[in-house]
Amino acid sequence: MDLLLNVLLGVVVAATPLVFASIGELVAEKSGVLNLGVEGMMIVGAIAAFAGTVASGSYVVGILTGALAGAAMAALFGVLTLTLMSNQVACGLALTLFGLGLSALIGQAYSGVSLPQFPRLDIPVLSEIPFVGPLIFGQDALVYLSFALVAAVAWFLTRTRAGLVLRAVGENHDAAHGIGYPVIAIRYLAVMFGGACAGLGGAYLSLVQTPLWVEKMTAGRGWIALALVVFASWRPLRVLGGAYLFGGITIMQLHSQALGLKIDAQILSMLPYIATIVVLVVISRDRVKMKLNAPSCLGKVFYATS
Amino acid sequence: MLKLVPRKEPNRAMLYATPFLAVLMTLVAGFLLFTLLGKDPLHAMYLIFVKPLTDFNSVAEMLVKATPLVLIGVGLAIGFRAGVWNIGAEGQFTIGAITGGSVALAAYPEGGPLLLPAMALAGALGGMAWAAIPAFLRTRFNASEILVSLMLVYVATLLLSLLVHGPLRDPDGFNFPESRLFQEDALLPALIPDTRAHWGFVVGLFAVVAAYVYLERMLLGFQVKVLGQAPRAARFAGYSEKKIVWTCFMISGGLAGIAGLFETAGPVGQLVPSLPVGYGFTAIIVAFLGRLHPVGILFAALLMALTYIGGETAQIEMSLPSATTSVFQGMLLFFLLATDVLVNFRLARAGKPAAAAVRPAAPTPAE
Amino acid sequence: MKRAFRMFAALGAALTLALGATAAAQAADPLKVAFVYVGPIGDHGWSYQHDVGRKAVEREFGDKVKVSYVENVSEGPDAERVIAQLAQGGADLIFTTSFGFMNPTIKVASRFPKVKFEHATGFKTAKNVSIYNARFYEGRYIAGIISAKLSKTGTIGYIASFPIPEVVMGINAAYLGAKTVNPDIKIKTIWVSSWFDPGKESDAAKALADQGADVLMQHTDSPAAMKFAEERGIHAFGQASDMAAFGPKAQLTSILDDWNYYYIDRVKAVMDGTWATKDTWDGLKEKMVELAPYGPAVPEDVRTLADATKAKIISGELHPFTGPINKQDGSPWLKAGEKASDKDLLSMNFFVQGVEGSLPK
Repeated sequence: MDLLLNVLLGVVVAATPLVFASIGELVAEKSGVLNLGVEGMMIVGAIAAFAGTVASGSYVVGILTGALAGAAMAALFGVLTLTLMSNQVACGLALTLFGLGLSALIGQAYSGVSLPQFPRLDIPVLSEIPFVGPLIFGQDALVYLSFALVAAVAWFLTRTRAGLVLRAVGENHDAAHGIGYPVIAIRYLAVMFGGACAGLGGAYLSLVQTPLWVEKMTAGRGWIALALVVFASWRPLRVLGGAYLFGGITIMQLHSQALGLKIDAQILSMLPYIATIVVLVVISRDRVKMKLNAPSCLGKVFYATS
Repeated sequence: MLKLVPRKEPNRAMLYATPFLAVLMTLVAGFLLFTLLGKDPLHAMYLIFVKPLTDFNSVAEMLVKATPLVLIGVGLAIGFRAGVWNIGAEGQFTIGAITGGSVALAAYPEGGPLLLPAMALAGALGGMAWAAIPAFLRTRFNASEILVSLMLVYVATLLLSLLVHGPLRDPDGFNFPESRLFQEDALLPALIPDTRAHWGFVVGLFAVVAAYVYLERMLLGFQVKVLGQAPRAARFAGYSEKKIVWTCFMISGGLAGIAGLFETAGPVGQLVPSLPVGYGFTAIIVAFLGRLHPVGILFAALLMALTYIGGETAQIEMSLPSATTSVFQGMLLFFLLATDVLVNFRLARAGKPAAAAVRPAAPTPAE
Repeated sequence: MKRAFRMFAALGAALTLALGATAAAQAADPLKVAFVYVGPIGDHGWSYQHDVGRKAVEREFGDKVKVSYVENVSEGPDAERVIAQLAQGGADLIFTTSFGFMNPTIKVASRFPKVKFEHATGFKTAKNVSIYNARFYEGRYIAGIISAKLSKTGTIGYIASFPIPEVVMGINAAYLGAKTVNPDIKIKTIWVSSWFDPGKESDAAKALADQGADVLMQHTDSPAAMKFAEERGIHAFGQASDMAAFGPKAQLTSILDDWNYYYIDRVKAVMDGTWATKDTWDGLKEKMVELAPYGPAVPEDVRTLADATKAKIISGELHPFTGPINKQDGSPWLKAGEKASDKDLLSMNFFVQGVEGSLPK
């Protein structure tokens, strides 16, 4: 029972950065923008959050710095792809390259700096309940925030007028423009929200999961986040499920090794990626359903003709 | 207020002028960056952009570095024009190295004039086979080829690691995870004596010409372009999307596979776990820098190669951290991509009525 | 005709003079020493520690040397170019500090016979290529003893990178050391298939702790596991550099790589003209491997035991791999009293009997 609890707690930690990064990317994609620079925004968020926390001594300031830095990176992407109408795929890749370099440059002053453990919000009484207590009521604030964000995004996209507009922009930007919605402005907001979320994901990595700053520490998690959005067929709640499934496979892989399972480490390490492909196939098989969720204008350049 | 107004047709002058404009902007931004870091900016620029060109060996190394970028970039560009998004060339590159390299290892110590062609063939087939997975899943199950091909990059890298730890490991290598050094006949001959520049670059040039002819002269090449620019028209004309997706993946996968094999049989000379160093991803940027045009890609690849080698020179001579190089490269790319807009648009005062809409020629990654 | 000849002669003389002048200038020039690192110097592990060695060289020789380095050099096709570029740029002595630089180093060395090369952790030498490595297993043997003394659960967690001899040797040495204290000790190993992925290292540390390990060892380069151990309230050993800053309570000790003296010696040898090809595999005795100061969790008696073991290894009285030792499958490897040869160690691809789990092939 203890082992199971610990495994599940490990899954939460592995999944949370992915939840942040992919829920943000989902909103950006719903508005019709494909930003492949998640990895770059995440790593800049990671160093910014770390530096912010060290400088101010406050986690709140640090987390905000991380989110702002991610949003700033996303704004840069916005200038290139929305204002200057450059290709989104190429700009996203360039953003990742730039982000990895920039974070390393800023981070030189922070290698070897250590932070205390990130506080958990042990909710009184409830967190004392065996098993369920620590799992549900004993997490840190960012974990709760990640769940709240997913719920908020789900609510926003389906239940609010603004969400409807955002989806309309992603669905058919010419029509949305025709009705009089500010397509570019809406996309800027969506992309920057995505950047801020990626920044939070990075912040979780450098402030909670490890918690320290090292170069290249995102190690490909931004790309996984991108995959999770499609994996979830652009549905917020499924993003949550996907991130936890991926985190779960990663952790199970490590545990099965420690248990002495006789499988090659490399093959086990492949599992999360292969699982993503398999689920992707299962979900995409139904063309009609897929079309229903995928934003039609994803990645397309918009130019206001009048 | 300035406003971007679409041009009636792409401006040829801008097409050639914008890269220089971008480099100029990068120089200005780089000047600020290096000054901020407390390094002599002029010297740093000189080391990055000029010094490598003055040195015979560095030029040869530029060719070495540009070879895989050209090969992969050209292949990807064909797909990108059709809106087929192969993001996983890195994986096809790795698999091509494995299959092609395995042929050499299987033949060891035998050689012969047929060995190298056999390896190249195996490399191309390996890359194609790996590319067939996303192509199949896309055409059969509608799964996003962007993500499938990307996930397969990780799988391929791990597979290479698995193989050099096991079956392909050098029997005399103290169990270190790398294959034996290839036999003489399995190594690509040098293009320029006493340098590492190899005949792969010539193959790259050939690929540039072939791609050019393909896109300009052949029916399927035409279909590729139409599908990318006007999918509905393409469907109306009865072009088979399935056929085009497969064609694009086979071309880009095959070229990436050959590039991988050239890398093992050329500069490296054995299979090592750290063979994939990101050419597959850099080639995507190269493809766009070259505006998806084969000749443009050739120049873009050479430019990228120059900044890599110049970055190393700056690191050696000025102790510039390697992170500076990626920041600098990132800026160069941003400016190049940003100034692209001037080819299809012009700056005008806001308020004037805009000309009729012309969709920018750049294709988009959606169905 | 004559005039032309005279002109040539004058030109020749001038040229000779000029050349002579540059040669003289070169003699007074500082010795150029270059380092090639596989990771960023900010990794706080392997490359970081080599860079500490580079700085030691700078401190020792001041302006008699000109030191440069290139970081983040991948072990693939780029390595050869970087090394060649350094050689061509006039470096007199080049240290290539990762196993994957072996073949590139050898290749470049044959093209630049006048330049001296030093390659870490490989096995190929040449007229102008020396190799050097440290006997980390000696440190890990002692770490095994300390961990068995301190583990309450009898389980040690080991975060491993890739199943190369170096790493396998370390796991075996740690186990053999631990077994001398507690014959029932268990070692659980997780292979993370990476030298450097702090997130994954941290997750692996967590998984090991969840399965009962209360002392962690690692053969990966980031301090993430140390940081985790500090939070979880368990113990860990640092890798390559002193990681006490990341785990002031958790760190028991750290197995340090100290390249300083070796780098200084070799630079000096080139200056004196006494440099010759050498195969160096130094350990605790030469202080290439060192133990960081013990952490507060190590009680006095354990310190005494560890120090005694260290003294015995240094004096040669004790070799961590002394028979009888069987391989994992029970087949015999070393007879009673027999010591493992360096060749056996350097190509080790099996676990010794008692280690759990399988070795990835």
